[in-house]
Amino acid sequence: MSVSDIRQKAWSAVLIVLFFVAWELFCLITGMSDLVLPRPSQIFVTLIEKFPLLWPHIVQTLVTTMIGFVLGVALGVALGAVIGVSRTAYDTCYPLLVGFSSIPKVAVVPIFVLWFGSGTVPAVLTSLSICFFPIVVNIATGLATTEPELEDVLKALGASKLDILWNVGLPRTMPFFFASLKVAISYAFVGAVLSETVASNRGIGNVMMTASSNFNVPLVFAGLFVLAGLGVALYVLFSLIEGQVTGWATRKDNVIAT
Amino acid sequence: MRMQPNSDFAGEVVPAGSAPTAIELSEASVTFGRGARAVPALSTTTLRIADGEFVALVGPSGCGKSTILRLVSGLTRPTGGVVIVGGREVAARAMRVGMAFQNPTMLPWMTIEKNIMLPLKIVEPYRSQFRRLRKTEFRDKANALLEQVGLKGFGGRYPWQLSGGMLQRANLCRALIHEPRMLLLDEPFGALDQFTREELWGILQQLWMTHKPTVLLVTHDLREAGFLAGRICVMSARPGRILDDSRVDFARPRTVAMTFEPDFVALNQKLRAFIVEARTSAQGEP
Repeated sequence: MSVSDIRQKAWSAVLIVLFFVAWELFCLITGMSDLVLPRPSQIFVTLIEKFPLLWPHIVQTLVTTMIGFVLGVALGVALGAVIGVSRTAYDTCYPLLVGFSSIPKVAVVPIFVLWFGSGTVPAVLTSLSICFFPIVVNIATGLATTEPELEDVLKALGASKLDILWNVGLPRTMPFFFASLKVAISYAFVGAVLSETVASNRGIGNVMMTASSNFNVPLVFAGLFVLAGLGVALYVLFSLIEGQVTGWATRKDNVIAT
Repeated sequence: MRMQPNSDFAGEVVPAGSAPTAIELSEASVTFGRGARAVPALSTTTLRIADGEFVALVGPSGCGKSTILRLVSGLTRPTGGVVIVGGREVAARAMRVGMAFQNPTMLPWMTIEKNIMLPLKIVEPYRSQFRRLRKTEFRDKANALLEQVGLKGFGGRYPWQLSGGMLQRANLCRALIHEPRMLLLDEPFGALDQFTREELWGILQQLWMTHKPTVLLVTHDLREAGFLAGRICVMSARPGRILDDSRVDFARPRTVAMTFEPDFVALNQKLRAFIVEARTSAQGEP
């Protein structure tokens, strides 16, 4: 890591600390009520005190998110591969996909509840339906942008569509795929919490709803902090995997002169 | 029409008729689209290329030069006529020819060595041997080719670590790794600077003299055609047809200095006249 990298990271950390300090000072100076905006210090205390109570809900949200995410990725990759390989399929399916993705997902939660009852299933489905679209688009784009010259070279050698997909299409899609995973994991998380908020008796989303109706505002914010922490953790996890698997796509800056 | 050979002319390709035929287009034509929107790309063309010959196709842009390459490689089917390559009609199966384009299209996640070995993963009999013991043998083969094009020791590098000229040399290696009987080159040096290009002419000439594949080279550069080819076909504007078919009998190995000698300049000017005429007659049409 270079000096400028460390400096950059240090500034990021300073900004985060400043944000919380400013928030704390703002509440103290204006004498803001706990019921409107609790101080960060209060929130952290609540978070630590209530952690045993929160833990099963954290697990619930995390498990729901991961199931929705994994299913969404599987579905997204399959659909993206089909659409990306065939120009006709791409043109045919795209309008429907765009239409589907434009529906605000909060509007489909009641339908899932109607079909499957409240609880884990609608949360998984919501998170799936919200996270699979970026994956479809990215896989399809990655496959569709394979250089035609290279395809010609391989076809002239007698390569089948599957050969080309396996040796060229899929590997070149990996950077697109991992970029979309980072987006998708955040989306999956949003989907799960959304559904928990509307229709569930477990999960962080439900804890926040309950706390809010009891005017336990510090707990609402504690839930918010948990969500932010989980979201960042998942994002970082997939960024690290991305760096490991598709380093070649971002390695252009440190070219070794020849 | 024949160019005068140099005095020490040695072992140029045998005249048509005596060597076995590698490529034969009989009255082949290609039209893209149908009905009112049909665009003729290649009018009825007959062309016979002997085994081991080095033929250059020159002509104005969009004249169907690349279409001939695609016909021979099996990427495009003729609308009319027949294309025979290696004694078989090009139809159902691709011909397993080596191809190289202006864009070197090396895969960025693989080393140069692995990029060059890619055709071996696709073409039999190498394909079924790839996962077994012969992998090191294939690697040696790739490195031997790299050495021939002056890239010794670059096998472990990644494409982004190489210059355009180096990538194009690697591209030639990839086209030759499976020892194809036929090499199809579509303006392979078009994007390179003049000096790199001239250097690569020498390398390609050397590769051809070593491996003796049948080469079909599409180019815009008349000096390139004259330097490399044993025979030059000039094509008319779209829909293309062959206007002139000349043999080039300068001794090999040819040098860049040779391209400034009077004989060579005369050949160049003759070819140029054909192309200028083809262009003006095409522009004269409504």
